[in-house]
Amino acid sequence: MSGTLVLAADPMLAGDIGLVEVVLTLAKVVVAFAFLLVAVMLMIWFERKLLGGMHQRFGPTIAGPFGILQTLADGTKLFFKEDLVPDRSDRFVFKLAPYLSLIPAFLAFAIVPLGGDFNNGGQVEWWGRTTYLQVADPPIGILLFLAMSSVAVYGVMLAGWSSGSKYPLLGSVRASAQMVSYEAALGLAVASIVLVTGGLSTHDMVVAQAAEGYFGIVPRWNVIVTGLVPFIVFMIAGTAELNRPPFDLVEAEQELVGGFHTEYSSIRFALFFLAEFMNTITMSAVIVTLFFGGPAGPVLVSEVGGVGIAWAWGVVWFFLKLFVLLFCFVWMRATLPRFRYDQLMDLGWKALIPVALGWFLFLTALEVGRERGWNEAAVTIVSLLVFAGAALLLVRAVRSGRRARDREAARADEPSDPVEERA
Amino acid sequence: MGYLHGFAVTLRQLFLPRVTTDYRGGFDDSPKDVKRPKPERLHGRHVLNRYDDGMEKCIGCELCAGVCPADCIYVRGADNDPDDPVAPGERYGYVYEINYLRCIHCDLCVEACPTQAITESKLFEFSFTNRDDAIYTKDELLVDDDGRPRQMPWEDWREGDDALTSGWMRATSSSGDHRYVGEVAWSGELGYGVRDAEPADAGEESSDG
Repeated sequence: MSGTLVLAADPMLAGDIGLVEVVLTLAKVVVAFAFLLVAVMLMIWFERKLLGGMHQRFGPTIAGPFGILQTLADGTKLFFKEDLVPDRSDRFVFKLAPYLSLIPAFLAFAIVPLGGDFNNGGQVEWWGRTTYLQVADPPIGILLFLAMSSVAVYGVMLAGWSSGSKYPLLGSVRASAQMVSYEAALGLAVASIVLVTGGLSTHDMVVAQAAEGYFGIVPRWNVIVTGLVPFIVFMIAGTAELNRPPFDLVEAEQELVGGFHTEYSSIRFALFFLAEFMNTITMSAVIVTLFFGGPAGPVLVSEVGGVGIAWAWGVVWFFLKLFVLLFCFVWMRATLPRFRYDQLMDLGWKALIPVALGWFLFLTALEVGRERGWNEAAVTIVSLLVFAGAALLLVRAVRSGRRARDREAARADEPSDPVEERA
Repeated sequence: MGYLHGFAVTLRQLFLPRVTTDYRGGFDDSPKDVKRPKPERLHGRHVLNRYDDGMEKCIGCELCAGVCPADCIYVRGADNDPDDPVAPGERYGYVYEINYLRCIHCDLCVEACPTQAITESKLFEFSFTNRDDAIYTKDELLVDDDGRPRQMPWEDWREGDDALTSGWMRATSSSGDHRYVGEVAWSGELGYGVRDAEPADAGEESSDG
């Protein structure tokens, strides 16, 4: 690494950049882009079909075999609908907003490793160039994902604000509050991963998880290494970040018509819809990368007819894991009822952030103890005691705060006695 | 941890038989396209009936048009030619139009009709694509020479649907009065003769007389 600007840790881009490198990068971009679009199409169909099943319905059946082309039909219909821009809207921002939520969804996907044989470093060799099977591996790695999910808030917020209408505004106010709140918990969960990996690069994270596991069978996935808690926090915060049920207060149909996209129609509405499902896929892919070892997995057949296909197994494992996570997202949607707004805020600020922060400090203590050669058991016990003490204090603080609020409310409710007041 | 039980419930649902029918609205000929049996008195598309001898029942009195809350019926009567009458009596319905963009299928026209000329079939799947198709004229509403409803190209008739007209007319115990149960108070129809009473009403004494 010289003093020049490092665009990516990808070995292909380390040397001179010629035509082959540019073509390879472009090809990766196009493939990832196409994959995302097709995946969104299938995801919407899959979600509707699965939700239908869980409601004992059929779901889409008519368009194509098993209704698989339903999304295509819906999309085509949306393209030909009239594109309305409300009179009282801020026209420029109104038109900008869908792209602000769509483009981050694309960009965040760029850092996800899609394949490669991670038993041997996860590199593939094409046309004499060694490269990674991911669009980009920037040194800031996972921070790009956090940055993009922050930018996506603007899409939702500006959409509601620029509509010049009340329900979208309410929806977008909820959205920005919710997404900002859960961003913190999300970041703290990621911090735990960064701590155990020792780097931000997503490629390095997968390499670290592909290492020899425990007892020979349990993989060294971060979900186990970090002790499950960051994963649960990330899963919940991620669902909230996606505005998916049970955290879909942003577009709560019963309360807010359609939430932030009430005033959107035609292609602009389709873009929001696309962004929403693309975010779901991206979030699942990031969870797979962070917690479930991404494309890391055993290579069952290393070559067919003299052509090495070890890298393809990475793709297979990646998609299997992705599929399981997407199933879980739909499953959660079918099962959990929507949160009330104050419950949502309570969960974010009073439960997830303290737990994520506490667990992060606990992991840090373990790490430091390991470095200094302290007794691991003692570190664990002391840490857990501190953890429990802090939790107790927090619970007491929350409870006394609630009591004070209740007293205040009770006092306000009491009818005032005019005689007493005069005295 | 009641939440976790909920997850088990939704997962189990996935493997239970579906409670909905695989209705496709006649889009393909697949045997999966199931229509559930319709209730006896469903209010669907209207038909204009004829007597057993082929005479039209409509006498052009315009009571249906008068009672229609959606104002979707347009009727004009004309005098019968005594040598070649269209309907028994003096007058017949010369123009009869129903605008299905307005009709709310309330069946008040059927109640108002003194000769049971207008009744409703069970057909509800007739999604026309232009306004002209939406206005059904007398030619389209009147039953054909066999007494069957005429079938427009955009209508989704299934086997046996055309036999199910005039269900409401054959509800015998008017106002729930059991003394009228089993009383036939309606005239015959072309192709079907005098129809039986509704299955639920035919000959069954109501217990709360």
